[in-house]
Amino acid sequence: MLTNLFPNVDWADMWEATVETLYMTVISVGATFLLGIILGLLLFLTEKGNLWQNNPVNKVVAAFVNIFRSVPFIILIILLIPFTTLLLNTMLGANAALPALIIGAAPFYARMVEIALREIDKGVIEAAKSMGATDNQIIFKVLLPESLPALVSGITVTAIALISYTAMAGVVGAGGLGTLAYLDGFQRNQNDVTFVATVIILIIVFIIQWIGDFFTHITDKR
Amino acid sequence: MITLQNINKIFQTKDGVVNAVNGVDLNIEKGEIFGIIGYSGAGKSTLIRMLNMLERPTEGSVNINGNQLTKLNGRKLREARQNIGMIFQHFNLLWSRTVRENISFPLEISGFEKEEREQRVSELIQLVGLEGRGDSYPAQLSGGQKQRVGIARALANKPDILLCDEATSALDPKTTDSILSLLVDINQKLGLTIVLITHEMHVIRKICHRVAVMEDGRIVEQGPVLEVFKTPKQRITKEFVKQVTEPEETDETIQHLVNGSDTNTVVKLTFVGGSTERPLITELIRSFNVSVNILQGKISQTRDGAYGTLFIQFEGDPGELERAIQFITEQDVEVEVINNANKSIS
Repeated sequence: MLTNLFPNVDWADMWEATVETLYMTVISVGATFLLGIILGLLLFLTEKGNLWQNNPVNKVVAAFVNIFRSVPFIILIILLIPFTTLLLNTMLGANAALPALIIGAAPFYARMVEIALREIDKGVIEAAKSMGATDNQIIFKVLLPESLPALVSGITVTAIALISYTAMAGVVGAGGLGTLAYLDGFQRNQNDVTFVATVIILIIVFIIQWIGDFFTHITDKR
Repeated sequence: MITLQNINKIFQTKDGVVNAVNGVDLNIEKGEIFGIIGYSGAGKSTLIRMLNMLERPTEGSVNINGNQLTKLNGRKLREARQNIGMIFQHFNLLWSRTVRENISFPLEISGFEKEEREQRVSELIQLVGLEGRGDSYPAQLSGGQKQRVGIARALANKPDILLCDEATSALDPKTTDSILSLLVDINQKLGLTIVLITHEMHVIRKICHRVAVMEDGRIVEQGPVLEVFKTPKQRITKEFVKQVTEPEETDETIQHLVNGSDTNTVVKLTFVGGSTERPLITELIRSFNVSVNILQGKISQTRDGAYGTLFIQFEGDPGELERAIQFITEQDVEVEVINNANKSIS
């Protein structure tokens, strides 16, 4: 029946592309989460009045974040071609898309992390200090746990943005559902391939949103 | 126990230099409950934060248990802080942790093993009366319960000193009283030194041994609570004392009565300690040919005795009145005659 409805879809190819998309998404979300939290913490902690108050560092990190957040992703991929080839010796395949995905998404997430951390009541940090907490204890026992629901909902939004980035990366040869939809679907005028690839991407997005909402909900004790 | 010497704190703001705390000297004894009262902006919040170096004084020294806190840094300072508990107006609990986990937090910081922590937490839950709420999250507690968690958390590391930053200001009167009783209880049971700041004289009256009054970054008056109630010297101190000794709108009511007639004399009597329990008015009427009309009165209990004010209206022969007033003065009761012309003569 599926063969009748979608005559041009090669299901083995479709499956392989789905796995590639999932692979790119999972790796880039994981790396974005880590890098974003580090950058976000750095932004927050070096702000005036916070633990590591340091204006020059704050300005440099903020500039880095703003620049990479503002460059349109499709242009970022092209700009990063020399960097990627240097790193991986190739411009093709799922791995080649990762640097651009991470560099594009981490600053975006870093800003969300910073906002989440700012939402924490300063009094709670003061209370931890009054108990004799070290900076590390404040970061790992106060800042991160207290902002966890916002960090989770932030990474959910970022993950969904990353899926659309992987599709874009597909257009320049990264593989995955984006490549399939563009090369097999659009360029060979096989609309059913484009359609199926889109539906699969939508399903992935819905699942990520659902998982994200679930974890935001169970971590939020307010 | 706690000695502050010539403490100054200067903040640089866009509008210029603000001298938040100005030349404060203070001595707090071991085991006492010391209150600092002042209106907002008086610098009391800054002052209490300098007792654990959440704010560093611009000048002066803070000495706790022979330890120069002002000179400590890093690990030494963190260790010193573990000996000073602090509770806050807005509780400042971690909402992501349960009651037990919140109380356990300072114990994690000071590196206790899990088993020890669990045991200590159970003791503390009992001490502050939160049995059965251990697994609740702060969001599920009332204000008073949250402050109890705050107190348990502050006591976890068995500190010698407890700092209370407007600890009851966000609570209703009834809850305030229960938290104050808990503080007195802890003070007696554990021999803890408590330093509290507040803008409510009620808090001072109820639990403090000594009080300091702050205005514009300076301590303008200090002494044992009953003494300060008896003979407030500064205008601001008189205002605070009035908060608890006179019912609201007293001034207006009395002024109204005084202006309403010119044959009457209105007198304010101030009783302190034992004199509050004597049948003074009865003796007055029996011994002198005057009629007495009681207008308004109030007695407040401090830790060291009662303190009360009574407004009465006299009618009678001027000579007899003078003798009556003379008699009252001899009974250790302060008399203030309130005149027609809106001025007071003592």
